[in-house]
Formats: sequence, C-alpha cells, structure tokens
Amino acid sequence: MTERIGATRRGNNTSILGVGALTGVFLFLALLMATFSKDAGMEYQALTFIVLGGVFLIATAMWAGGLVDRDPFDESEYENTLVKFGVAASMFWGIAGLLVGVIIALQLTWPTIFYFPELGWTNFGRLRPLHTSAVIFAFGGNVLLATSFYVVQRTCRTRLAGGMWPWFVFWGYQIFIVLAATGYLLGITQSKEYAEPEWYVDLWLTLVWVVYLLVFLGTLWKRKEPHIYVANWFYLSFIVTIAMLHIVNNLSIPVSLTGSKSVQVFAGVQDAMTQWWYGHNAVGFFLTTGFLAIMYYFIPKRVNRPVFSYRLSIVHFWSLIFIYIWAGPHHLHYTALPQWAQTLGMTFSIMLWMPSWGGMINGVMTLSGAWDKLRTDPVVRMMVVSLAFYGMSTFEGPLMSVRAVNSLSHYTEWGIGHVHSGALGWVGYISFGALYCLVPWLYKKKGLFSKSLVEWHFWISTIGIIFYMVSMWFAGIMEGLMWRAYNEYGFLEYSFVETVEAKHISYMIRALGGLLYFSGAAIMAYNLIKTALGHGEAEDLETASDPYAQPEPRAALAPAE
Amino acid sequence: MYELLASFAQTGGLIYFVLMFAGALAYALWPRNQEKFDAAARLPLEDGGPSDGQ
Amino acid sequence: MGLMNNHGVLERHSLLLTVGILIVVSIGGIIQMAPLMYMDNTIEKVDGMRPYTPLELKGRDIYIREGCYVCHSQMVRPLRDEVERYGHYSLAAESMYDHPFQWGSKRTGPDLARVGGKYSAEWQVDHLIDPRALVPESIMPPYAFLMDKKLKYEGIEDRLRTERLVGVPYSDEMIENAKGHILAQADPDDKGFDYYDSLMGLYEAEAGREGTVEARDWDGNPDEITEMDALVAYLQMTGTLVDFSTYEADDLSNRR
Repeated sequence: MTERIGATRRGNNTSILGVGALTGVFLFLALLMATFSKDAGMEYQALTFIVLGGVFLIATAMWAGGLVDRDPFDESEYENTLVKFGVAASMFWGIAGLLVGVIIALQLTWPTIFYFPELGWTNFGRLRPLHTSAVIFAFGGNVLLATSFYVVQRTCRTRLAGGMWPWFVFWGYQIFIVLAATGYLLGITQSKEYAEPEWYVDLWLTLVWVVYLLVFLGTLWKRKEPHIYVANWFYLSFIVTIAMLHIVNNLSIPVSLTGSKSVQVFAGVQDAMTQWWYGHNAVGFFLTTGFLAIMYYFIPKRVNRPVFSYRLSIVHFWSLIFIYIWAGPHHLHYTALPQWAQTLGMTFSIMLWMPSWGGMINGVMTLSGAWDKLRTDPVVRMMVVSLAFYGMSTFEGPLMSVRAVNSLSHYTEWGIGHVHSGALGWVGYISFGALYCLVPWLYKKKGLFSKSLVEWHFWISTIGIIFYMVSMWFAGIMEGLMWRAYNEYGFLEYSFVETVEAKHISYMIRALGGLLYFSGAAIMAYNLIKTALGHGEAEDLETASDPYAQPEPRAALAPAE
Repeated sequence: MYELLASFAQTGGLIYFVLMFAGALAYALWPRNQEKFDAAARLPLEDGGPSDGQ
Repeated sequence: MGLMNNHGVLERHSLLLTVGILIVVSIGGIIQMAPLMYMDNTIEKVDGMRPYTPLELKGRDIYIREGCYVCHSQMVRPLRDEVERYGHYSLAAESMYDHPFQWGSKRTGPDLARVGGKYSAEWQVDHLIDPRALVPESIMPPYAFLMDKKLKYEGIEDRLRTERLVGVPYSDEMIENAKGHILAQADPDDKGFDYYDSLMGLYEAEAGREGTVEARDWDGNPDEITEMDALVAYLQMTGTLVDFSTYEADDLSNRR
C-alpha cells in the first residue's frame, strides 16, 4: 500500500513537470504569435493567453512548491478542491451568460436604447455568440467538468487520475472560454454557430479535451469497483463524441500562423451538412448525454434510491447515441441539401423521441416510493421538473423536424423558444439541482443556507421560463404565418418589417422572462455562497438536523423495491 | 457511386440500427446480467473508497 | 504497477466502451455524409458562378465578423411565399465557393441570399449607418463605424492563396494583382484606374458572362477605401451571379 502511494507520488510529481512544460511551450508560442501578429486581434488574444497562462503556471508552481510537506495528490482522499473550483466557475459563468442574454433580449426589444453607435462591439451580432457560448460552453461545460470529476471518483471509489493534469483541464478550459469570449467581442469568429472560435483556440481546446478524456479514462482504469456505472457511460460518450465533432467541424487552414483568420476546408452544401451534424450533436452530446449523466447520478443519490431500471438505462444509452448522430439534416429542410439527406435526418429525429422519453421516464420513476420528496425537497423538485422540460422539448423537437412543420417553424422565434425550453428548463434546472446538491456535500454542511430561497429560485425561474416559452411560441408561429400570408389579390400580405413590428410585445415578455430566470440564478449564487460559508441552515454536519437536506449518507439505506 | 452511397445511407442505416438495437436489448435483458446490473445500480448509494476529507 | 495488472481486464473493458461509442457515433455520420462529398451530384451545373473579388471577399469577412449571419439567412427555400418575397430559390452551386457557408438559421431580419441589387448602394450605406432612419420599425444594430474604419488588406494575397488551397479557382494573375483589384473595384476612376481592365477581364472570364462585376465608389466617400465600401460591394453582388435564364431546374441532372 505504502509502496503504491510512493509510486503515485512520483507519478504526480511528473504530472506537475508535464503540465508546467506543456504550458510553458504554449506560452512561448503565444509570445511568438504576439510578437509577429498579423492583426491586432491576434495580438490581444496572444497577450490574453500569456497573462492567463502565466497566472496558471505561477499558481501551479506555488501549488507544487508550497505543499512539499504534504502530498497534494493524496490517494486516500477524493479530489474535492477541483470540484469546488468547478462549481464556482459554473456559477460565475452562468450569471455572466444569462446577463448577456438579458442584454441582447433588451436590444431586440428597445434598439434605440440598448445599441451604442460608437461601440460597435456591443452590437447584437457580436453579443449573441457571446451569450450562447457563455451559457453552453462556459456554464454548461463547467457544470459537466465539475460533476463528471465528482461522479467518476465516487462511482470508481478512487481519486481522480493524473495528479496535476485535471487542474490543467480546468484552467485550460477557462482559458479557452476567455479566448473565445474576448475573440467574439474583437470580431474574431469563423461564423459556424456554436463553433465560432478561430483555429488557434480550436487547437487549444482540442489539447485540453484530449487531456480531459485521458484523465477520465485513467480514473476508470484505476477504479476499485468491477462495474462502470451508467452515468460514466454518458460522460464518456459526451467527451469522446464532442472531440470527434469538434475536430471535423473545425477543419480549416489558417491564412497565416500569426494571424487570426482561417479558411474552412468545406464549402457550401458540404460545410452546411458538417456544421449541422456538429450543431445538432452538440445539443445531443454536450447538452443531453452530459446532463443525463448528472440525472443518473444525482437523482438516485439525492432521493437515496437506485435508478428505476438499470436495464432501461443501457437501452436508453445505446439507442440515444446511435439515433442522435443522424438527426443533423433536420436543420436544413428545404435547403440546397439533397432531399434524401433531409428525409433521413427527419426520420431519425422522429425516432429520437423514444429513447429521449425512455430516459426521462427512467429518471422520474426513480422517485417511486419517495414522491413526497417532490413536496419537501425543492432541489428534488427542480431536478424532476427539469425532466418534465426535457420530455417536453424532446417531443417538440421531433415535431419541428417534420418537413411540413419545419417550413413554418424554421427561421422563426419558435426555434428560439424550443432551444430555451431545453436550455432553461432541462439543462439549467438539472445543473442547478446538481449545484444545490454539491455545495453542502463538498463543504460538509447539513443542508443549504436557506431552503426557502431555493423555493424562491424555483418559482421565479419557472415563471420566467413560461414567459419565455409562451412569448416565443406566439411570436414564432405568428411571424411564420405572416410571412406566408396572402391577401385577397394574391399578393404577399405583409412586408418583412411588419412581421418584426408585430413581435414587439412578445419581445418585451421574453426579456422579462429572461430577467426573472437571471434573478433566480442570482438568488442561487447567493444561497450557495452562504452555504459554503456555513451561514443559516448550513451548519456543519453532526450539529443540527434538517429533514429536507440529504447530505451524503455515510451508510447506505435499504432501497425500496 | 453517388447513387449507391446515397441509397445505402437510407437502407443500410436502418439495418445497422435494428441490429445494434437488438444487440443492446439482448445485452440488457440477458438473465445472467441481472445480478451485475443490480449491483451497478446500487453503486452511487454505497460508500467506500477514499475518504471525503478536505 | 501491480494495480494495472490486476485491473487489466477491466481496463480493456472501458477502452472497449470508448471504442464502441466511437463506432456507433462515427459510422452513422460517415454513412450519411459520404455521398455529399461527390460534388458533381450534389451541386448543379450553372452559368455565372465566379470566385469573390478581393473587395467582395473582404466585405464578406466583415459580414462574418459583425455576426450578420445570426439574424440574416442566405437560403431562399423553394416555397411560394419565399420565392415571391426574395427571388429564385437558392441553389447549391451558389455557395460552392463559400468557405464557410452563410445559410444561417434565423430570420430576425430578412433573408439576404438575393439582396444584391435589390436596393441602391446609397440606400445600403444609409441603412447601415442608421437603420431606423430608413425603416423606423427596424431592430437592426447601427453600423456607422464602418465608415470610419479604413479597409485593411495587407495579407490579401495570402488569403486568396489559402482559398485556392481549399478549391476556389483563383489564378496566379488574380492573386498577384489582388491589391490593385481592390483599388479598381472601390476607386475605378482614380487610384484603381490601371487595374480596372484586369479586374473586369479576369473575373468576368471566370464567370463566363459580362455584368457580374461592378466597380464604383460604394460608400459615397471617394477619398478612402473603408470597410463600408467592402461590405456594400459584397451585399450588392450577393445572389446575382447565376444566370437563371439558362438554368433548367427540371433537367434530370439537376434533381436533388
């Protein structure tokens, strides 16, 4: 036993060296790029990288040097500090991304107030990618990093593999986020939706992602359990598939190695097909399988019951990942993409309904015998409502993928409503549920700072989502119908701008809905910070009892069969 | 060649899916795997492994 | 490394899982996408397509930089109302030189696939400077700052070379004279006078017909070539290249 710890210590010391060397190499490359940059944007980006990478490198050195008397990677303990960082980053980016969302909603509602002619970089076109990337990749990505690191350790009964490398994944990912976000504001984008960052940021993310995969696999390899729990399957499919999608969709040739611009390898139809193969599966494997992994761990853990049917989860897993990969062309109905490909995409999109609902049922039914928790524990309620939203948007999606429906819904606000019911309802709520679970668990608290603030968060956000969805359904179907409306003489009845004007009230309600949702998240951030500090109801374990809270049980309770 | 590939995408995809689905179903429902799955399902609820210390 | 040996079987198991996932998710994508790489079958034969001139390409870069694609699609679907509102439905051939494509996914503003020539250049400039001065109900952001930004095109030759690498037919002559062609298209009477014939000759020859390249001062400021010049030059040629008088949609080889 002691021999093994000695061996891993040596291994981890190598990991510190490895991370330091790799970061150093990239700092040197960034220095070269800053010095010989072809455009100002490239120079800013390289300098940003140098500052952030330098901070990371110094922090690494301090971490490794300052803790010599103690093993910072002690195999007899779980890696909790990194998960805490992930939780904090999730909250920070979540608030930031939602705030940008509110701002751009206000821009569309009151353009004369929220556009600034002198500040071109604050225009909608640059802020919208900032919003989508911030909520999907910064908030969602950090939630997935934090929860996957937490879950894989617990279900493998071993500390995270790789010593310093998981920290490289975390900081490397934050650097990716900052480069992407500042890039959009500087106007550096390759315009492929949800894959906007340019070639050098893509390369950096590829590196970080490969290390992430190796850390995850390495932890699986040294597990003390014979089984790989199903949540890890979902996490693994998320990591592997995102790597594949990211690499293929970002195939491009930089114009200069010291310039920010690159040229896509594919053009026109082929590029469109690749982009929406990527785009749809970013939804499928980033926003779905990753968060289903959260569902498969946190709901059973929180209600202290095994998942409803493990067999169903296996069928769910394979059929979901199989079918998802084909569904991309439903984003290209009636376009210049060959029609057989559109039909294929539509067929698989409709089939996708089944595994989606299978998974939802599996999650919800895990509560059987513990339905009272819906009433007593707002965190459980949040996660179950997230499944309800998941069920709703995975029903709506196949519906919208039918060509006839799509001819009306595509290009309209209906699409915006659809993605937000999935994003706010499903991804947001399951993430909030996980964060509400994680903070008391990680900080060894009996419960959250305030249960009633969770209730407030839940209800304010739910009203916000309803405002958002209903207003966008209304606006989308209305504008879709107005675009195709004919008057009695056989001419188009409305000019385009009349359809824009008609959405004004809907836009106001949408902005209000977004503001409510943002407020809910702000309440959560406050609650979680107070919990970590141990205020209010968040007493240290052993000193108080709180019936609703479910801190990590030390002894397993008998399952209700 | 294009027609061949295009028609294969439409028919082959379906056959491929049916086979894969049957395989997953068989694996999930295989009686001998029951015990294994029951144990796996209880994984998150049981403790063990390293301590949860700071 | 006893740990590794004991768990060897399981280790293979998790690798097996990884490989299984990769097979399931990659084969589907390959089967579906491979046929599309046969360009001859995916892209129609049309008359008039040519690569973007350097000025148009720079304008397109500004279109991308400002995120125009988040609100404007460039894909007219073959639906009655769209064809009447925007013009002939979009063909695959029309984006064959688009690296990346700009089909878009949302119409917060109208489709722009055929905006070229729909309004005058003066209208476009005024509208970009202050959209609500021309269309009071518009919610489009203002782009007045493009008037003040001088167009930067130092590396334009490298840019065209990279485009050629991925299949856009820029000739050596086009690449060598790229800077001159920018001057010619934005200031044909003065600074670009010497390059005017070269610009017209090369690009119209590639298009196979006349009238596909327009050269003028675009932004009303002849003293300087601004980003506004480039963007408006791009907008004014968008969707105008294909000669639809010779395009036969019913031809069997054009069925998709």
